[in-house]
Parts: sequence; C-alpha cells; structure tokens
Amino acid sequence: MYSPLIVAEALLNGLMLGAVYALIALGLTLIYGVLHIVNFAHGALLTVAMFGVWLLAEHLGVDPYLSILIMAPAMFGLGYAAQRFVIGPASHGSDNSILLVTLGLSIIIENGLLAGFRSDTRTIDTDYAFQVVELGPLLLSFPRVVGLFVALLSALVLWAILERTDVGRAIRAVAKEKLGAALVGIEVSHVYAVTFALGCACLAVAAALLMPVFYVSPTTGRAFVLVAFTIVVLGGMGSIVGALVGGLLIGVVEAACSLFFGDSLGQIGIFVIFILVLLFRPTGLFGARQ
Amino acid sequence: MLSVDGLTKRFSGLVAVDDASLAAPEGRITGLIGPNGAGKTTLFAMAAGFLTPDAGTVTFAGEDVTAEPPHLRARRGMARTFQIVQPFAGLTVRENIAVGAHLHHPSRAEAMERADAIGKRVGLAKDLDRAAAGLTVAGRKRLELARALATQPKLLLLDEVLAGLNPSEIRDILPVIRAIRDEGVTILMIEHIMQAVMNLCEHVYVLAQGKMIAEGPPIEVSRDPQVVEAYLGHGAAARMQAAGGADA
Amino acid sequence: MSARDLLLPLIAVLVLAGLAFSGLSGTLLNLLIFMMIISLAAQGWNILGGFGGLSSFGHAAFFGTGAYTTLILQTSLGVNAWAGLVAGVLLGAAVGAGIGFLSFRSGLKGSYFALITLAFAEVLRIASNSAPITGGAAGILLPLDYGFLNLQFDDRRWFALIAILFVGAALALTRWLERSRFGAYLIAIRENEQAAQALGVDVFRVKLGAITLSAGCTALAGVLYAQNYLFVDAHVAYGPWISIEALFAAIVGGLGTMFGPLVGAVALLGLGEITKMVSGGVPGVDLLVFGAILILTVAFVPGGLMSLRQRLTGRRRPRGETALRSEEGA
Repeated sequence: MYSPLIVAEALLNGLMLGAVYALIALGLTLIYGVLHIVNFAHGALLTVAMFGVWLLAEHLGVDPYLSILIMAPAMFGLGYAAQRFVIGPASHGSDNSILLVTLGLSIIIENGLLAGFRSDTRTIDTDYAFQVVELGPLLLSFPRVVGLFVALLSALVLWAILERTDVGRAIRAVAKEKLGAALVGIEVSHVYAVTFALGCACLAVAAALLMPVFYVSPTTGRAFVLVAFTIVVLGGMGSIVGALVGGLLIGVVEAACSLFFGDSLGQIGIFVIFILVLLFRPTGLFGARQ
Repeated sequence: MLSVDGLTKRFSGLVAVDDASLAAPEGRITGLIGPNGAGKTTLFAMAAGFLTPDAGTVTFAGEDVTAEPPHLRARRGMARTFQIVQPFAGLTVRENIAVGAHLHHPSRAEAMERADAIGKRVGLAKDLDRAAAGLTVAGRKRLELARALATQPKLLLLDEVLAGLNPSEIRDILPVIRAIRDEGVTILMIEHIMQAVMNLCEHVYVLAQGKMIAEGPPIEVSRDPQVVEAYLGHGAAARMQAAGGADA
Repeated sequence: MSARDLLLPLIAVLVLAGLAFSGLSGTLLNLLIFMMIISLAAQGWNILGGFGGLSSFGHAAFFGTGAYTTLILQTSLGVNAWAGLVAGVLLGAAVGAGIGFLSFRSGLKGSYFALITLAFAEVLRIASNSAPITGGAAGILLPLDYGFLNLQFDDRRWFALIAILFVGAALALTRWLERSRFGAYLIAIRENEQAAQALGVDVFRVKLGAITLSAGCTALAGVLYAQNYLFVDAHVAYGPWISIEALFAAIVGGLGTMFGPLVGAVALLGLGEITKMVSGGVPGVDLLVFGAILILTVAFVPGGLMSLRQRLTGRRRPRGETALRSEEGA
C-alpha cells in the first residue's frame, strides 16, 4: 500500500502542476470570456513559447525563469498579431469559422516547428531541476514550488490588470456589452487583440515554469490543450476564478490517477471528466455563463 | 381550436406571464395585444411548445399538449411565425418554403411544387429563386408566413407579422391573412398595429404586465379605461375623458 | 431520386476506374487508393459537418473503429474480409449513434460539439493503445493472403477499383441526401434549428440519423485503410491525423456538396505530394501548407473549390457556403 507521506507528496506535486495548468487555462478562459471564441491554437502557442524558452537557454544561456522577461512581451506581440491580422479577419466572426481558423493555425505552428526542429524532444538542464524543498516531513520539488508561486502571482497580476487599468476596464466593457463599448469609442478589434495577447503572455509564463521539469517537441502543446479545455469547462467558460480552482483540481486528480492507475489511465481520467462535464454540467462547477 | 388556461412563466423570480388564459375559436381571427414587455411573445412560445410553462395547460383541438415539443405540435397542425424572422438564410425562398411543405409531402418534387404555389399566394412569386438572406423586411415577413402555411396548419400563430412594414405593404398583406382565415385556418395573432387589429380580429385579448386585463370585440376593448391606462400610463383614461375623449 | 441523379456519380466512377487501369506506376496507384480512402472519410465528415453544420474534430473515433473491427474479426475469429467490412461499418455507425445520442441529448453544438468529439476519439486512442484486444501499442497485423474473399489483391488495381466503387456509392448517398426530405431537414437544422423545429422537424432524430450515416461512411474508409496496409495501431486508427484530413478535404473541396470531399481529397493529397517533392522531404511541410489552405479557404472561399466553378459560370451561391457561418458567435 501507499504510505500517507507518498500520497501527500504526490497530491501536493499535483497541486503545483495544477497551478501551471491553471495559468494555461487562465489565458484560454480570458480569451473565451471576452471574445467568446474557442482558441484551438492555445496548445500550439504554448509549444511556441516553450521553444522560445529553450532557444534562449540553449543559445544565449538565459535562465528559464529569467526568460519570462523576454518571452512574455514576445508572446504578447505574437498573440496580438495573430488575433488582429489572422484570426479576426479570416473568421468573419462566426463561431465555426473561428474554431477552424485556430485549428489551421495550430497545424501551421506544429508543422512549422516540425520542419524547423524535427520531432526530437528538447530539455533544459538547470542546477535546480532536482533540488527539493523540505516542508516538515515532505520533500517537494523546487521547480514545482516556484511554479505554484509564480502561477498564483501571475493570476494576481492578470486580475490587477483587468480591475485596475484602463485597458482592463475596456476589456471588461467589451466582454459585457460589445456594441455599447463600440458606441462609447472603444476599438473592439484592438481590445480583442490585447485580450488574446494577454492570454498568450500567460502561456509564456507557463512555458518558463514548465521547461525546467518538462521537455518540448512540436506536438507537446497537444497534451495540454485538452487539459486546458477541461479546466475551462470545469470552471465555467469565461470564469477566471473557475480556471484557477479547476486547474488546481485537475492537477490533483491527474496526480492521484497516475499514482493509483498508472500514467496513461491518468490521462483518460481527464478526458472522461471533460466529457462528463460537457454532457451534464456544461456551465461548469462555478458556472459564470453559458 | 386552441385554449390556454392559467399559463404562468417565471424567469429567475420575475413573473413574465401570470395566470393568463385565452381561447382561439375555430375559423376565427383572434388578436392578442398589449404594451411592450407585456409577455405576449412568452405566452406564444408556451402555446407553440418552445417554452415549458411553470403552471397551466395548453389544449389544442381538444387534446392537452402542454408537455409536447414543438415539432409534434407542428404535426398536429399548429404553425407559428417568429417576431424576429428566422429564415434559412443560405437557402432560396423556394427551398425555405419547401421545408415546411415537406411535413406532409415526403417527395422533394411535390414539396417544391407546393412551395411554388404558396410562394405565389403570399406574393413572393418573383423571389422564389432568390436567397432568403437577400429579401427585404417585408419579403422576410411574407416568407415566415409562407413557410408556416406550407405545413398545412389548422391553427396559425402569427407573431407581429406586420411590424416593420410600411402602410402600403400592410395594405397588401391584410387580404392575404383574411383569405387564409376564409379557407378555414384558425388564426391567433400578436399585433401592435391597432388599425390592423380592428380590421382583422373578431375578438381581442389584452395582456399587460403578464396578466390578461381585458377581452372582447376590438372596438369595445379599445375604449376600456383599463386598457387605455395600460398603454398610455396611469390616469390617461381620466385625462382623455376630461379632454373630451374623442377616439379617431 | 431518379436514375438521372445517379448519372454524375456513375461518370465519376468510370473516370476514376479508367485512371486506375491506365497504366499508372505503383506509386501513383497507391496515391490514388489513398485519395479514395481519404475522400470516403471526408464524405462522411461532409454529411454531418457540411450538410448538418456540426463540425466534428473526432471522426477518428469512427475511422478507427472500422479499422480495428475488421482486423480483429479476421485475425482472431477468422471471419472473411467482407463480413469484417460490414461489421466494421455497422460498429462505426453505432459508435457514431452513441456519441451523437449523448451529445445531441445534451444540446451540444458548435465548439462544444467539436471538442467533445475530439475527447471521445482521444479516449479511444489511449484505451486502444493499452487494451489487449487491440494488440496494445504493437497494433494488429493482418497476414498477407491474396484472394477476393480476403479483399487482398496481387494486382493492386483491383483494390483500387473496389475503393472507387465505394466512393461512387458514397457519392450516390450524398446525392440522395440532396434530393430527400431527410437531407432538406438536415440543411434546415444547419441554417436555423429553431425555425426547423417550428416546421415539424424532429431535430434530435435528424441529427442522430446524420451522425450515424456520417460515422458509417468514415468507418468504411477505416476498413479500407486497414485492408490496404494490413496494419493498424492506436495512432493510425484513432489519432488526430485522420479527423483533420477528413475535415480538410471536405472544407477545401466544398461543404455540403456532393463532389466537394472527392475534389478536396484529390487536390490536397496531390498538392501534399508536390510539396514533399519540392521541399525534399522536410517533415511537416505538406501539413503546413494544408493548414494555410484551410485558413485561406475559410477566409476567402467558404464554399470551397466547388464554389469556384460556380463563381466562374456565374451561378448562385452553393448551399455549403453558409455551413461555415451558420453558428454565429454566442
């Protein structure tokens, strides 16, 4: 049988992985909440950010955590351009087309990376990858502790941007009443692009937190995209608090499933949750809106 | 033909329709009027099966259909139009009407033939091959009517088919509605345009703030002080009387 | 549907069969067979996504079920390939009906429907990668054994001919859809669900019928794939690649049209081969081009290649054009 200590450590590790999941889902749910679109390219954009972090570490020796300072603005810019110049104009505002355009975008990104970097997996070696933090009798992985704190901090920053800045107010206005916002002179397509960009910046942070403990290959983002959708649906599409709680929850569930049933069934567990929530409670556990 | 009894619908605490009853007798045109937000469209949605009432019953041709979904009511002979027109935008006018005709005509050729005939009848003859998305407001209203007619209904529920039309367009469509009635189709219509209601309806119900406040022949109802107040605000009836209360 | 309606599918079959027997090289013949398989999968996608306006991201669930079913029946029960084919199509259709029953009963559409179909396919992929009945990660190999009953031919032109005949049957099925009440109802639901209901359309049943037909057609593609390569594993059967190729071919060719999926599959796979040759075999370049073409199609030619012909001859917009736009953002 499993000792309580091992279970506790596994669950705590799950919680910390969940925080990074939450960060990824936060970007997705923000985009959904404001633009009302399902961004299928979210996983592929995460892969781009992870390759960015890897390139900086590999060629310029930048520490993955420090690379946030470069990657967050870079992903912000990329996200802005993608929404403003590709997704927005190409999809004519229809739900189905947006889904297909973002699917097309994710395929372009994945295969562009495949052509450029081949399908090898890449990792970053750091001194602290295997360091542990002692918490009473528990031994916790250092990068995961950092992940938890930075992810929560990023959520706080995002919240502050939405609540306390002019841009944030514009975003909330557009989310609530698009036509009204346009009438008072807010440029909706700009706000859309900024929102999309903020979601991508979240991905940059998540990528930096993942790289010390994870690997990247052109299809890495795929594994995360359904997890992120699960979290978003679980937390209620568009709900920021829901994404946070849902992310932590999914991290723990995955850790528990992997511990008790092995890795591959742990993944199935997430998909099954996703299917059940969609079928029986599509407004999510914290249902903000349908 | 249709009778609703004690229908009630609440939306998160707000009572949209409150214990409302009405009857649409066979072969007649019955009107349902009332100020904006009175709950007319909600009442209609319950009658046609698009909303489930919290209380009350809907009886159609002697049978209780309160719990039946819309498509089954359509098969029984109940057809409705939508206040906000709902065309199949990518299809031609003919194809739009044919979807309705398919209810009783499984063969495509027959359904198309019926669609042609009905399209001509409501004045869409020259638009049959056009995409529904390209119609004018008046054209779309006619299309709503045509599609509903194509299901060969016994009862036609018309939700503001005249709204948004100019006086000459209204003048053109009134005889069409009357002719439908003359063929034995019972009609219940929500209408804002009083002139049309006076012109068409034998009997009128007045809904205000979810409650049925008056009923009777249109002339009588329009003189009812309660009705006048519901439309024009509290004290309006008294003021009108004081001013010599002439109705045009 | 009249005999005249079958004329175009018949001509298509004759042209394709003529091509198969025109002395193509082995490589080109293989490409032709692959095009037929993908066009069948895409025709299945088209029935639900093009006519019904329900975009699925998980048609692999049906493709894989068809592929696994026939190989499992042949290898472990010794059933002949034709019975395996029928069983594969029926089981694939049943999986479609099951997924449809759950999804449509909950009223899922638009993005939600796309995501749940993807999730179902992924569950099947992961499960088949570890389950003993599907041969786990090793997959299933069908021993080489030529013969009509085994659907294996020394002369591959005969396999091509059979695939072409099935493509012809799928074309005829789509033609029926365009000419029948069922098809008219399905299109009406795509254009406006509420209005269709008001006209007496049983939306749930029509959608369920559509996904069942759609799944059966794509499952047939899976059966032929397994029969052609004599091998199937979790990635081939349930991997996202086939969901995506089916969707690509249907959209690029022209949604809601009879010939769209066939034209799309031929155009895309042909272009893919050319890209691979030009780029000297860099991995992913063909899919990169497909992704770009998908975006360009959605942006500029929502009616697909079939609408280009109609634009040139000045006829009215094809029906498929609105399929992409029917689910306006909430």
